Amino acid sequence: MIIKDKAIKYGNNVDTDVIIPARHLTSTEESELAMHCFEDLDKDFKKKLAWGKIVVAGANFGCGSSREHAPIAIKASGVRLVIASSFARIFFRNAINIGLPLVQSEEAAQNIMQGDELEADLGGGTIKNLTRGKVYRINPLPDFIQGVIKSGGYIEFIKKELGK
Amino acid sequence: MQKNPQTIAQKILAAHCGRDHVGQGEIINAEVDIVLGNDITMPLAIKEFKKIGVDRVFDKDKIVIIPDHFTPNKDIQSAQQCKAVREFASEFKIKNYFEVGRMGIEHALLPEQGLVVAGDLIIGADSHTCTYGALGAASTGVGSTDLAVAMATGKLWFRVPSSIKFEFKNNLKPWITGKDLILYTIGMIGVDGALYKSMEFTGAAIDRLSMDSRFTMSNMAIEAGGKFGIIEVDEITETYLKGRAQRPYKVYSSDPGAEYDQVFEIDCSQIDLQVSVPHLPSNAKPAAQLSDITIDQVVIGSCTNGRMEDLEVAAKIIEGKKVKEGLRVIIIPATQNIYLEAMKRGYLKIFVEAGCVVSTPTCGPCLGGHMGILAQGERALSTTNRNFVGRMGHPSSEVYLCGPAVAAASALTGKISIPGEGAR
Repeated sequence: MIIKDKAIKYGNNVDTDVIIPARHLTSTEESELAMHCFEDLDKDFKKKLAWGKIVVAGANFGCGSSREHAPIAIKASGVRLVIASSFARIFFRNAINIGLPLVQSEEAAQNIMQGDELEADLGGGTIKNLTRGKVYRINPLPDFIQGVIKSGGYIEFIKKELGK
Repeated sequence: MQKNPQTIAQKILAAHCGRDHVGQGEIINAEVDIVLGNDITMPLAIKEFKKIGVDRVFDKDKIVIIPDHFTPNKDIQSAQQCKAVREFASEFKIKNYFEVGRMGIEHALLPEQGLVVAGDLIIGADSHTCTYGALGAASTGVGSTDLAVAMATGKLWFRVPSSIKFEFKNNLKPWITGKDLILYTIGMIGVDGALYKSMEFTGAAIDRLSMDSRFTMSNMAIEAGGKFGIIEVDEITETYLKGRAQRPYKVYSSDPGAEYDQVFEIDCSQIDLQVSVPHLPSNAKPAAQLSDITIDQVVIGSCTNGRMEDLEVAAKIIEGKKVKEGLRVIIIPATQNIYLEAMKRGYLKIFVEAGCVVSTPTCGPCLGGHMGILAQGERALSTTNRNFVGRMGHPSSEVYLCGPAVAAASALTGKISIPGEGAR
């Protein structure tokens, strides 16, 4: 899968409370959650989506609560990929489970600047920064997790396992 | 020395996938003992559960459902969510569904009711599920899809974590509780200092620490990114489990020679009462350095510090005194039993006479749900677990985190304060 888009950049420790504040957790509707995505972090996030759909952030992205509403809000906003130096573990699981593509790369996360045009080849294991003429290598995820991603998420993966 | 020595985390995970040994970093599929959901995470999990296409849950007695976050229902939407959760519990005959009136904050209620025991592997769709590590269990938070899969199959994939050992040495200073130790620890290693890892809390100071303070410490392992926050079983744990454990339990301990990424020795005699300033739990400082910070609200409660010991400390400090004029002080006993016991001991009378509000159990203000939301620019001092931007209300409001002693002392002054020397 090749994802070509521009980067929206954030810092370290982007927590699930700013990704989707708890006051909006009274809904499980994707469109409702998307409407409030990053509301307390960046008032201009929706404007930025007009030109960029790859979120790039620092360390510990998605820390805090276990709310799966967070990766759902990001995915439903139209974000195609999140690149970060590191991910909080529950967020990482949730994103893989619902099929939001993630890349963990300290080099890419530090080097990429807001507005950079990126071409991510997740299967091939590279991210090209077309703006800066750089290529970042991605470490492959464990086989099991790749299997979940290929199935299109954990529910589809389990359905296959259960023969449903 | 033993061949292939393992940490307690490895041993519990190995036992739950039918093996003697699992390696750190390995991905395993393991059977879980208890699966937990609440009114926030369960509605999404029900959606996903239905997609799987099974017509039964793996074990109706091993699923625990507690509507505690926005309950008693704060608005129509949360009422709808709770209704959906209640109907699911009824349809699948979930024994351990706790309705308002029996409900308590999940991470205080499960141990109190003996639903989680030593040696368990527990998952919960709530990040503070790591609390039960204090019972010598491997317990961690997951999301709603994982909850759905676990409800359907009783199994889940886990990556076997590496571990960090924290040895807490020497005696605690007056008024110090588990909250101060864990805030200090998170301050030392950072909010991602234990990312993906199992934190093991050991040492002479832990050996002497109350069960309530141990729960507080394990509860906040997630605030350092930890997967587990484990304290091995000792006499204090066994005394707690006695008469309440609903199942036989199993005691595991780390082998001598087990592999640790890091080992920290912490001299508790040097740890003062802590406060974490906005907007990260790792911004821990001695409370005494923050005496010019004025506050609008104090909260004593939550899965972190709404237990008997917390109310006891607060009552000792507040007894016979008045809350500072203009300050709102909200006290939330974490379960109905804690509420009742606080009533019997006269704590609730002390609080109300002092000018505090006493609430029915709820997560409420901790996550900006209800029962004490902050307005623009307001500042709270709270015994809860997170001080992220907008956590308790308006995005420009602030949360300072502390233990019960600092919260109660500050309730009397309206500024961040420590209890007087003679108060104890």
